[in-house]
Amino acid sequence: MKNFIFISPILVLACALWGCTQGPPASGESPSAANDAALNVGQSGVQDDVSQQNILQIAAGSKDHSTLVTAVKAAGLVDVLANAGPFTVFAPTNEAFGKLPKETLDGLLKPENKDALSDILEYHVYVGVIKTDQMRDGQKLNQVNLKNVVVNVNEGKITLNAGTNIIASIPASNGIIHVVDGVLLPPEK
Amino acid sequence: MKKIIYLIGGILAVIAILWQCKTKSAATASASDAAEKVYVSPGKHDEFYNFVSGGFNGQMSVYGLPSGRLLKIIPVFSVFPENGYGFSDETRAMLNTSRGWLPWDDEHHMSVSETNGEQDARWIFANANNTPRIARIDLSTFRTVEILEIPNSAGNHCSPFITQNTEYVIAGTRFSIPMGAQQDVAINSYKDNFKGTLSFISVNPESGRLKLAFQILMPGMDFDLSRGGKGPSADWFFFSCYNSERANTLLEVNASQNDKDFIVAVNWKKAEEYMKAGKGVRSKSHYAHNIYDEKKHSASTTWEEDVLTLDPTVLKDFVYLMPCPKSPHGCDVDPTGKFIAASGKLAAVIPVFSFDKMLQAIESKTYDGEYQGIPVLKYEAVLHGEVQKPGLGPLHTEFDANGNAYTSMFVSSEIVKWNVQSLQVLDRVPTYYSIGHLCVPGGDTRKPWGKYVIAYNKITKDRFLPTGPELTQSAQLYDISGDKMKLLLDFPTIGEPHYANAVPAELISKNSVKIYKLEENAHPYVAKGEGQAKVVREGNKVHVYMTAIRSHLTPDNIEGVRMGDEVHFHVTNLEQDWDIPHGFTIRGSTNGETLIMPGETQTISWKPDQVGVTPFYCTDFCSALHQEMQGYIRVSPAGSNIPLKYWTGDEPQVQ
Repeated sequence: MKNFIFISPILVLACALWGCTQGPPASGESPSAANDAALNVGQSGVQDDVSQQNILQIAAGSKDHSTLVTAVKAAGLVDVLANAGPFTVFAPTNEAFGKLPKETLDGLLKPENKDALSDILEYHVYVGVIKTDQMRDGQKLNQVNLKNVVVNVNEGKITLNAGTNIIASIPASNGIIHVVDGVLLPPEK
Repeated sequence: MKKIIYLIGGILAVIAILWQCKTKSAATASASDAAEKVYVSPGKHDEFYNFVSGGFNGQMSVYGLPSGRLLKIIPVFSVFPENGYGFSDETRAMLNTSRGWLPWDDEHHMSVSETNGEQDARWIFANANNTPRIARIDLSTFRTVEILEIPNSAGNHCSPFITQNTEYVIAGTRFSIPMGAQQDVAINSYKDNFKGTLSFISVNPESGRLKLAFQILMPGMDFDLSRGGKGPSADWFFFSCYNSERANTLLEVNASQNDKDFIVAVNWKKAEEYMKAGKGVRSKSHYAHNIYDEKKHSASTTWEEDVLTLDPTVLKDFVYLMPCPKSPHGCDVDPTGKFIAASGKLAAVIPVFSFDKMLQAIESKTYDGEYQGIPVLKYEAVLHGEVQKPGLGPLHTEFDANGNAYTSMFVSSEIVKWNVQSLQVLDRVPTYYSIGHLCVPGGDTRKPWGKYVIAYNKITKDRFLPTGPELTQSAQLYDISGDKMKLLLDFPTIGEPHYANAVPAELISKNSVKIYKLEENAHPYVAKGEGQAKVVREGNKVHVYMTAIRSHLTPDNIEGVRMGDEVHFHVTNLEQDWDIPHGFTIRGSTNGETLIMPGETQTISWKPDQVGVTPFYCTDFCSALHQEMQGYIRVSPAGSNIPLKYWTGDEPQVQ
């Protein structure tokens, strides 16, 4: 059962992609139109095995971030994280997502809450590269959703919004990923 | 718990992909539709000229739309081997500055001249970003005819934008710098010593001649982009700025601390009144004013000294600040002149300001305090509204004639169409990849021509055949004639396609000069016929008055030149026939080659470095006997008594 659940997104993804490229063209469009559409994938679709990996590729390759990657896809932010950036991304682990109250997470993953999901994900992204040694106590990082993440530094230990820890930092071609042990929730106001 | 996440995640992924699939099909016209829309059959002309800045290459390139065919490269702030700009003696002065002769600058934005807020396309203005200058290009000849250096400026990014009757071209500073006598100051004294300026350069309505009218002294922020008002707001100018924190290091972090930066509103009519009333402060400076005389076919530099400065903390009521979220970039006035769309490049909303509300807020003094002595208007009081969730990284907005706006989104790599009144997002299309500026023909004026939006992208990656690490840069053409934008064409560009204007072809093509009239040629070394061709020695300077016509040079044999001489070949193209240029160079030429249009005179200067006979020739394939269009110059040792002698055909017996 568990295996099936893991595989199912991949299967449906494959089907969807197949449908996108091979399916009958919509009425009024020539067959080549559908092929053109398949060519025009965003920056996440660029084939490049030589360059340093970008934030999206690193996250997609991490088994601890599958929930984050799923959420990023659902929110339509895949191409954003493959963009030139540069970005600082606070990347909650699967375990961090697991700490959220069940009703909160379920609510976010409902299609009608795509905006709320995007808002939370954008709260994890800063445009600019902030390494941990550039973080200062009381520093406010104004995130992509325009809300601030507050940095606390206490005797050399960094926390975000008074409680979320940075577990590891991974440089990427288009910025830096700070792996965090909690999901950052934007302040209401 | 996790199973549910995966299951829901999977379903979401499918929805997302299907949705993407659907929008992509809709956003890309079918191949045959697109081909039909961009195909310009052989011998037919394009519908628009598209002037595209080359960014770091300092040039401007001209494309036809919708075909995307490259028509011309116009050198502006950089030398250009194709036509000798910056190499020939006639054009070198165009690149003079108070910092010396500069072969290469960085060109970002342009404005096409306007009358009553509509393109008249007599001139196009361009900015040098690095060593601040403004250029005027004549659109009858497609040549750079004037370059004015901007004193008290660094990083001339926020320019060259114009008022609706081209009364002024403005130039705002990106880098604030120490002003005044004491320039040697600690960098961390930025907040005390560094200032920015907004320069207003008047444009003579007949000749186009530029003059630095006045500079407004501003707090040390970074000014980014700008637009003049239109219609009801025609007396105003709007500037975006970032770094209101006035940070001088690690701006990546330190210039993003304030929740809001500003849109600066300047009442330039009032500033002009202050200027005329003698209210400003006059000071001395030193800056180059380079003019290309199209009759003399020569550039010369005048050194200007005078600067008039207006200080808004002293002369009140002509500069106001409107708070704007997060490092605004674009600052674009809609065709009605009633709304100003600002694009906070790090923001997730597009604030749209109301000009009427701004006037009311000024009238009622609805201030939110002051910033560095300048009144700040209350955000809510001047806001028409915010476009919610437009995309990420809004940069720049242009408009169509139907009340819609098109904003480029760098971070989410898309163009978003929204309605100016309702602020509703109507459509979005991806760009490939990472769009910077965009252009709608006339989309910055009171009369947009619409039809297309063109994306100027920052990243190309896999869109074209690879050419090593250095790839072509690119633009993309979208059809906006329907409700939905449709991608029609990718086309490669010269340099970084930073910004662009598009102009209906007939506005320009009807005025395009075909030849320079020989009888009007006032070059001091012109030879208006072969009978006037001669060689004249003035001390160690030897002036060759040479003519070129299919298919010989006159003179083509020259003797009596000695080591230590400087030889100036002034070549006049005697042709009076459309599209018959000649070229010229000589072996060992240190200033390369030149290209001479019909009726024009251009000069190559040459200092012989070896005794002997050296060939010269026409470098442009002009005719069937182009290869025969050649000659020799004999160089004898210093002190030689070989007489000065020159001929084509029969050698003269006595000199």
